[in-house]
Amino acid sequence: MRDDKNLNEIRTIIARHKLWDFVFMIVGILALMIAMLTFMALFSHMLIDGLPRLSWDFFTSFPSRRPGSAGILSAWVGTTLVMLVTAIAAVPMGIGAGIYLEEYASKNLITEIIEINVTNLAGIPSIIYGLLALGLFVHQFGFGQSILSAGLALALLILPVVIVATREAIRAIPLVIREGAYALGATKWQTVSHHLLPYSAAGILTGVIIGLARAIGETAPIITIGALTFIAFLPPSPIKDEFPYISFEWLMAPFTVMPIQMFNWVSRPEEEFQVNAAAAGLVLVVMTLTMNGLAIYLRYRMRKNLKW
Amino acid sequence: MVEKIGENGSSVMADAPNQYKSEVKSLSFYYGAFSALKNINMRLHEKQVTALIGPSGCGKSTFLRCFNRMHDLYPGNRYVGEIILHPDNVNILAREVDPIEVRMRVSMVFQKPNPFPKSIYENVAYGLRVRGVKQRALVDEKVEEALRGAALWDEVKDRLNQLAYNLSGGQQQRLCIARALATDPEILLFDEPTSALDPIATASIEELIADLKDKVTILIVTHNMQQAARVSDYTAYMYLGEVIEFDVTDTIFIKPKNKQTEDYITGRFG
Repeated sequence: MRDDKNLNEIRTIIARHKLWDFVFMIVGILALMIAMLTFMALFSHMLIDGLPRLSWDFFTSFPSRRPGSAGILSAWVGTTLVMLVTAIAAVPMGIGAGIYLEEYASKNLITEIIEINVTNLAGIPSIIYGLLALGLFVHQFGFGQSILSAGLALALLILPVVIVATREAIRAIPLVIREGAYALGATKWQTVSHHLLPYSAAGILTGVIIGLARAIGETAPIITIGALTFIAFLPPSPIKDEFPYISFEWLMAPFTVMPIQMFNWVSRPEEEFQVNAAAAGLVLVVMTLTMNGLAIYLRYRMRKNLKW
Repeated sequence: MVEKIGENGSSVMADAPNQYKSEVKSLSFYYGAFSALKNINMRLHEKQVTALIGPSGCGKSTFLRCFNRMHDLYPGNRYVGEIILHPDNVNILAREVDPIEVRMRVSMVFQKPNPFPKSIYENVAYGLRVRGVKQRALVDEKVEEALRGAALWDEVKDRLNQLAYNLSGGQQQRLCIARALATDPEILLFDEPTSALDPIATASIEELIADLKDKVTILIVTHNMQQAARVSDYTAYMYLGEVIEFDVTDTIFIKPKNKQTEDYITGRFG
């Protein structure tokens, strides 16, 4: 039995401890608000400036010296094609490397060093990737200042993101599921292809999309390899009228991308070009947010059947 | 039939060797430098249930997982000695024997039900799929046979395409037993199969194990002595990586020869 005095002491202590709960909550909310409000302010500023400029013509016009008739056609087509190359290059390489490191590699010093390197690669400034691509893809391999070079440069940039996402998604699968497959006589590849890959697909896909969302806004490496800032034509069409109906000429075409188009307009003195830049920025942000939204949705959809 | 296993693994009773499904000869096992099993000599009788009991950490699960070479999945593990599988007299621990081949002959049911996040049908058919069995009719037949064998058919026959996670815990464990049965294993390993289940589900699994021994040799690890007494024909008491006593279950529980076994059985220890 406790006497009243004792109980009162305990209540005082609890009240004092709960005060810290409250203080932390306020600090947390403030920190969150600063981050959120900054983004909201930027976004709404861009929205007010750019939204009235958005029209069908804005998407279907090439850049021009006259701000009123300038558009983002070559920029969004360029971005789309570069992203396509990036995805095609980074996804199989990243998933393959992730699976190898997680399932096949024996745990020794070399693997350890590779693992540390992969993690650190994600932190390397993107312009370094641009320099690498300039030396390797543009000059050494002779791909030139093309969509292919840009796509591969960005693929290198997001490779660590895909590798880490793959490894984490595979690692999230409970050991008993893996052992269950091996216990039935499955080989490593059967375990990977029948179980680990399908069950980790949601996580991997999320990583890929987040990586692409990062790559879509990258400017530095693209400038380094020499994307044009003013381009008034489209790459050759991948579909042809005559046999074999598809063509890869577009890979070698010069190009521009959304952030470079934006950068180009921001650096112009005319007020109207600033409006164009805001509108292009708006399109870019919507593209990124759509990709992130897609990642969240896919994660939710594919995780529904996995309970562990 | 009473038998004693001497130091050298020889039996006092001269049984014909074909009564044994498997013979364990001077088996030791190492996790890196740690010796988890020490010179185990034991036999699994054909189409009988053998139980491994002992306090936690005594090495009973480690021993069980030698039978399907599960330890090969992780680096730094080492087997010494032999586990001979009859009738072909092959030492399944030999380096030249592929662990995958061993796992195709020796199936395992885990502590926690671990169905794959696939349909009930796909779960049971998985072992066949791994073996490259493609004919739909044959797979259908094997799946039904395995589900009947695991006393689950009547409960799931109308929803074979549903996700296995929709089943209750006990049903999931019986599904895992069906999955292990579908490929006609020679030995079925159970690693504390009821420790995650409620008493009713436990009773149904125990009943099932008793039925299964007509078809397959069973080795079961259990932390529950009553369970060992109920389901097994032979029992081994293990302590600190050694088999202290191995005998007919009734003898172990009624008249153990070793003082340590007696202390454990009577609850004075463990």
